[in-house]
Amino acid sequence: MANDGIIALTWNRVRLLKESPIGMIGAFLVIFWIVVALFAPLLAPFNPNISNMDALIDPTPSAVNWLGTDNQGRDILSRIIWGSRTVLIVAPVAVFAAYVVGCLMGLIAGYYRGWVDQVVNRIADILLSFPAIVLYIIVIMKVGAKATNIILAVIFISSPQIIRIVRGMTLELREREYVAAAKMRGESALYIMLVEILPNARGPLIVDACLRMGYTTIAIGVLGFLGLGLPPPDPDWGGMVKDTYAMMSIYPHMSLFPAGAITSLVVGFSLLADGMREISIRD
Amino acid sequence: MSSATAATMDRPQAEGAKRPILELRNVSISYFVRAGELKVVPNISLTLYEGEALGLVGESGCGKSTVAFAIMKYLGGAGRVTGGEILFEGRDMTKMSEAELRGIRGGRMAMVYQDPMSSLNPVITIGKQLMEVPLIHSNVNEAESYKRAVQMLKEVNLPDPEHIMTRYPHQLSGGQQQRVVIAMALMAEPSLLVMDEPTTGLDVTVEAAVLDLVAQLRKRHNSAIVFISHNLGTVVRICDRIGVMYAGELVEEGPIGEVFRDPRHPYTRGLLNCIPTLNADKRTRPLSAIPGQVPPILDRPKGCIFAPRCPAAVPERCSVAPIPTETYGSSGQHRVKCVRMEELPKHERPGTSAAPANANAAQRHDAVLTLDGLKKTYHQAIGMFGGAGYDVHAVDGIDVAAERAETLAIVGESGCGKSTLAKVLTGIELASSGKVTLAGKDIGNTAVENRDGDTKRAIQMVFQNPESTLNPSHTIGYVMERAISKLKRIGGKAARAQVDDLLRTVNLPLEFANRKSRQLSGGQKQRVAIARALAGEPELILADEPVSALDVSVQAAIINLLVDIQKKRGSTLLFISHDLSVVRYLADHVAVMYLGKVMEYGSVADIFAPPYHPYTEALMSAVPIADPDVKQRRIILEGNVPSPQNRPKGCPFATRCPRKVGSICDDTQPPEQVSESGHRIACHIPMTELASVTQVVF
Amino acid sequence: MLAFLSKRMALLAFTMLVVSALVFAAFEFTPGQVARKVLGPFATQDQVDRLTEELGLNRPVVVRYGEWLGNTLTGDLGYSTLYKTDVNKIIGDRLQNTLLLAGIAFAIIVPLSIILGISAGMKEGSFLDRSISVASIVTTSVPEFASGVFLASIFVIWLGWLPGTSPLDTGTGWSIWQQLVLPVCVMVLYDLGYVVRMVRASMVEVMTRPYIRTAILKGLNFRAVILKHALRNAMIAPFTVILLQLNYLVTGVVVVEAVFAYPGFGRMLLEAALAQDVAVVEAGALFAVLISVFTQIAGDLGYMMLNPRIRFS
Ligand SMILES: Nc1ncnc2c1ncn2[C@@H]1O[C@H](COP(=O)(O)OP(=O)(O)O)[C@@H](O)[C@H]1O
Ligand code: SF4
Ligand code: SF4
Ligand SMILES: [Mg+2]
Repeated sequence: MANDGIIALTWNRVRLLKESPIGMIGAFLVIFWIVVALFAPLLAPFNPNISNMDALIDPTPSAVNWLGTDNQGRDILSRIIWGSRTVLIVAPVAVFAAYVVGCLMGLIAGYYRGWVDQVVNRIADILLSFPAIVLYIIVIMKVGAKATNIILAVIFISSPQIIRIVRGMTLELREREYVAAAKMRGESALYIMLVEILPNARGPLIVDACLRMGYTTIAIGVLGFLGLGLPPPDPDWGGMVKDTYAMMSIYPHMSLFPAGAITSLVVGFSLLADGMREISIRD
Repeated sequence: MSSATAATMDRPQAEGAKRPILELRNVSISYFVRAGELKVVPNISLTLYEGEALGLVGESGCGKSTVAFAIMKYLGGAGRVTGGEILFEGRDMTKMSEAELRGIRGGRMAMVYQDPMSSLNPVITIGKQLMEVPLIHSNVNEAESYKRAVQMLKEVNLPDPEHIMTRYPHQLSGGQQQRVVIAMALMAEPSLLVMDEPTTGLDVTVEAAVLDLVAQLRKRHNSAIVFISHNLGTVVRICDRIGVMYAGELVEEGPIGEVFRDPRHPYTRGLLNCIPTLNADKRTRPLSAIPGQVPPILDRPKGCIFAPRCPAAVPERCSVAPIPTETYGSSGQHRVKCVRMEELPKHERPGTSAAPANANAAQRHDAVLTLDGLKKTYHQAIGMFGGAGYDVHAVDGIDVAAERAETLAIVGESGCGKSTLAKVLTGIELASSGKVTLAGKDIGNTAVENRDGDTKRAIQMVFQNPESTLNPSHTIGYVMERAISKLKRIGGKAARAQVDDLLRTVNLPLEFANRKSRQLSGGQKQRVAIARALAGEPELILADEPVSALDVSVQAAIINLLVDIQKKRGSTLLFISHDLSVVRYLADHVAVMYLGKVMEYGSVADIFAPPYHPYTEALMSAVPIADPDVKQRRIILEGNVPSPQNRPKGCPFATRCPRKVGSICDDTQPPEQVSESGHRIACHIPMTELASVTQVVF
Repeated sequence: MLAFLSKRMALLAFTMLVVSALVFAAFEFTPGQVARKVLGPFATQDQVDRLTEELGLNRPVVVRYGEWLGNTLTGDLGYSTLYKTDVNKIIGDRLQNTLLLAGIAFAIIVPLSIILGISAGMKEGSFLDRSISVASIVTTSVPEFASGVFLASIFVIWLGWLPGTSPLDTGTGWSIWQQLVLPVCVMVLYDLGYVVRMVRASMVEVMTRPYIRTAILKGLNFRAVILKHALRNAMIAPFTVILLQLNYLVTGVVVVEAVFAYPGFGRMLLEAALAQDVAVVEAGALFAVLISVFTQIAGDLGYMMLNPRIRFS
C-alpha cells in the first residue's frame, strides 16, 4: 500500500523527538525500563521470589542487596527488575487492545452518526460513569487475579475515552474533501475509515497512547497496591509497596524503591507524550 | 471619477505641502523560526501623506500583512523589525517603549483586520468592546464612551445601534461585524488607519457596501489609509496610490492612474494580465498566468527576485547586482524596481469585448445533465435538542441543463445553495424532490454508495479547498492510482501504468507521484485534484469554486487548464463560483442563484448584457474592477440575505431589490420570462423594460 | 433549557438503571458465596444454605432485582452484610467523610489550577510556562500510593510533623485537621497537574486568537488583555474538565483512602465489593453515577453560561 503505515509515521516522530529535550528525557526513562525488562534474567542479581532469611535481620541496603531486602527477605533490586516485566508486558498489550476497541467503535460512531452514534455514545457514557474500582473488582471476580483481568479492566476503562477522541476526530475528518472524493470513486466505508480517516487522526492518538501507557502503568500499580494485582509471589511494583507499607516507619526503603521505580516509568511516559505533542504541533 | 479621487481633491491642504503621516525608511523585517532567520521583507521604503490612501497589493505570502503589522509595531513572538525606521507623525516607532506604543495603538493609529468574526471577542458584547477605546484613549467616563460608541455605530450605517451594542459578535452578519471593527478603529479619530484585507471573505455585494463606507468615512475623518488587498479592483475603489509587492519587495509604486495605465514592472503587468475581468472571456482573450512560483524566502535569487519568472529578464543585467528603485516619468511619484523599466514597450491592455458574440448560441448540443424542479430541504432543529424546528429550502426548485462539451456556471453569493446543489449531484446528499438526469439516468435519489460504477465514473468533482482536497497521508501517485483503478475498474498494476499519463495531462512533473500533498503548492494540489477527477474520463466534471482559494496568477493557470482539458476531451463542466469575472471568462451558460432559486439563466452573452435580472445587475455593479478607466454603474444593496426562516413569500430578492415594483414582489412569485435565445429571467418587470437599462460596465 | 434538563434527567435515570442492573447481574452469578462470606469458612454447608434461604438469595435474580429496585425507590438501600448495619447509614457516614476530603481538595485545586494554568499559558514557551508545565507533568505522573510513600517518608518519618494514618478519630493524638493534610496533599498533587495542563492548553490557544491581537492593538495593557479578554475565553473549554474532577475526588480516591486508612466512600466500595456485599456496592455505584452525571450536567450548564454563542443560539 502506498499508505506509509502507522509504524513508519510513528518512527518519523520518534526521530524528530531529538528536538524536544523534555521528550528526550522521557524517551530515556522509558527505554531504560524496556532494556531492564528485556534483560531481567541477566540483570537481576537474585531470584526475586526466594527469601534470604539472614537478610531479615538487617534488610537495609548493603553491598550484597544494593536496594536492601523486603519484609520476607527477598532482594528488592531483583524484584524491581523482574517487576518491570509485568508492567511492560501488560501495559502495552492492554493499551493496544483498548485502542483496537476504541478506534473501531469511535470510527463507526463518528462515520455513520445517527443511531449508531447514539448507541455507542450511551455505552461509553455508562462505562465512564461506572466507578472505576467497582469495574475492576467485577472484572477480577469474573476472571480471577491474572494478567488478563488487568487487560480487560483497562479495555473497559480506557476504550470509552478513546472512543470519544476518535469519534470527535472522525466527525471532523469525515467532512474533508478527500473523503468526499473517496466516496465518489466508490470506496467502501471500511476503506474510508481505515485508510482515509484513521491515518490522519494519528497525531493526537500517538500522544494519547503514550499518556495512556502512563495511566495504565499507574492502574497496574494501583491494582497491585490494593491487592488485586498478580497473585503473589510474582513481583509487581504496586504489590511490593502494599506488602511493605506497614513497615514504612522502620524500613522506609522497602516502599520507597518500588514507588520510585513506578514513578520514574510513568514520568517517562508522560514526558515522552509531551515531547510528541510538541512535535505534532510543529508539523 | 471615483469618489476616492474626488475626496483627495476636496481635502483642504496646508499650503501645498502635505505633511507625511507615515514614513518607512529602509525597513527590514524578519521572522525568527527554527530554520533560522526569514528575511521576509528585506528592505522597504514608503511615505504616506496626511489623508492619503495607499493600496498595497500582491499575492499571498509576499509580505503585505507583515508590513501592516510592522507599522503597528506588532509582529508577534517570532517577528522583529531588524533595521530601518518607521516614522509615525515624525516619531520612530521602532524606538518606542511598550507604554508609548499603547498610547498610539487604537488611538492615533488603528487597524481593521481580515476576518472580522475572529477579530472580535466572542464573549464580550459589541458595546463593551467599542467603549474600551475611548475609555483608554480619550479619558472619558462610561456614559460618554457609550454615547460615542452609539454615534460611531450610526456612522458606519448599522441599523438600531443601541440594540447592536448589546449583541455578541456571532449574532451579527459578516458585513455587520466588519462595520463594527471599522467603527472600533475610528472611535479615537486616528490619523492613520491600517486595513489588512478588510473585505476578503465577504460576499461581493457586502464588499461593495463596505468599500463605499470606507471611501465615505475617509472623506469625513480625513484619516490616512494603508489598504492591503490581494484584489487590485478593491484598491482602485479606495486608494489614491498603489504599491505592488512581490516577495517582500515593493516593486512598483505610484498614483493609481499612472500605474494602471502604464505599468512599468513586468510583475505588475503579469498581475494585470492574469485577472479575469467582467468584460472579457475565453473567446476574446486568453488569461496569461505568471509561470513558476514565488521563490522560498531562504533561497532568493541574486539581483532581481522576479527574474526566474520574468518574461523580460536579461540575465546579464537582471541577475547580477541588487536592483535599485528609480522614479519613472514626469510626475516624480511613480517608482519602479526594474532595470528595464524605461525600455519596455507600452503595456498592451488585454482585449475586451463589452458584449460578447456567443459562439455557442447557434449550435446546441444534447444535454448531458438535466435538473428538473430539483429541491433539497434540510430540517433544522431549534435549540440543542428540541424536536420542533423549521425547514431550510437550500435548493428550491431548479431547472437547468448542461450540454455536452460546454461549461455551465452556477453563480451566486454564499448561502444561495450552490454547494448543496453540488452535494446532491454527487450523491453525498439526496434530492428532496425533483429529478437529476445524467446521460438518461435519474440519479437524484441514489446515494453515491448505491450508484452504479458507470455513473460514478461519469460524474466527478473538483473541490474548493486545496488544503483538504488531498489526503495528507497518501502520496500523489497513490491517489491517482486508486482513482484510476476504482473508476476504470482495472487492477492496481494496470492503474499504476496510467498514472504518468494523468500527471502529464495536468502538466505536473512525473516525480510528483512520490510526493505527499504537503510538499505541493496550492495550485499544484488543485492540479492533482483535477487529475483525480479526470481518472475515469468523466462526462461531467463538477467544479465547486475550484480556484477561489488560489492566488490570481495560479488561478489563471488552473482556469486555462480546465478550458484546455474541456476542449480536448469534450467533457461538460459544471462550474460553481461566486466570482462573476471568472464566470464571464469561462462559461458558456450561466445560472444566477439567489436563496435556492435560479433568478436568471442564459448564455454568457445574454447574462452580461441587458436585460439583466435586478439581482444580476446588482452583483455586476458590485464587482471591483481592476481598471480605473472602466466605468461601472453603482448599485448598493441594503441589508443581508434573509435568513431561511423568514424568506419572502413572493420574489426571494424582494427584501433587497432596488427595482422592486411594489407589493406584488412581496406577495407573488415572479413569473419566468423566456426570450427566443432561451434567456430566462424570473421577475415581475417585463423583459422588454429590463432590456432598456444601460450596461453596468462600460 | 427545560428540555435540556429533562432530557438529561431521563438519561440519568436510564444510566442508573443500567448500571445497577449490571452490578446486580455481576454479583449474582455466585449466590451461595454471600452467605459463605458472612458466616466464615468454618460454617457448615447447612448453615450457609439456611442463611441463603433467609436472605432470599435463592430466588431468581430478576425477582430480587425488582425487589431491590422497589426498596431503593422508597429510599431503603438494604442491609449491609459486611458492615452489619443499614446501607443508608454506612453510606451516609462514608460519603460525608469523603466529601470533606474532596471538598477541601477541590477548593485548593480550582483556584490554584486556574492561576497556574493561566500564568503558564499566557506566554507560551516562556520560562514560567516551561517550569509549570514540566512540574505539572511530573506531579500527575506520580501514582497516589507512591506520592503517599514519598510524603509520608518526609513528613511522618523524617520530620514527624504529621500522622501517617487518618482514621478521623482523635484518639491518636492528632487533630482531625492534621490528619487531613497528607490525604489532601496527595489528591491535590495527583489531580492539580492535569487540570493545570487543561487550563494552560486552553489559554495558549486563546492567546493565538485574533481577538487578543485586536485587544492589544486597541492599546490595552497586558494585564487588561489577560483579565478582560483572555481569561473568560480560556475558561470555557476547561470548565467541564474542572467539574469532572469532582468525580475523581469522590469516587476515585480509594487509593488515598487505603494509603491513609481513611474511612471514606472509595474504601467502602472496595471492601464491600471484595466481600460481595451487593447492597453496599449497588448503593455506592448509584451514588457514583449520580455524582458523575450531575457534574456533567453542571459542566454543560456552566459551559453554556460562559459561552454566549451557545447561550443565544
Ligand atoms: N509568524 C511568522 N513566522 C514565520 N514566518 C511568517 C510568520 N508570519 C508570516 N510569515 C511569512 O512571511 C511571509 C509574508 O507573509 P505575510 O506578511 O502574511 O504575507 P501577505 O500578507 O502578503 O500574504 C510569508 O512567507 C509567511 O510565510
Ligand atoms: S529587473 Fe529584469 S528580471 Fe527584474 S523585473 Fe526587470 S526585467 Fe524582469
Ligand atoms: S420580482 Fe420584484 S423584487 Fe423580484 S427582482 Fe423583480 S422587481 Fe425585484
Ligand atoms: Mg495577509
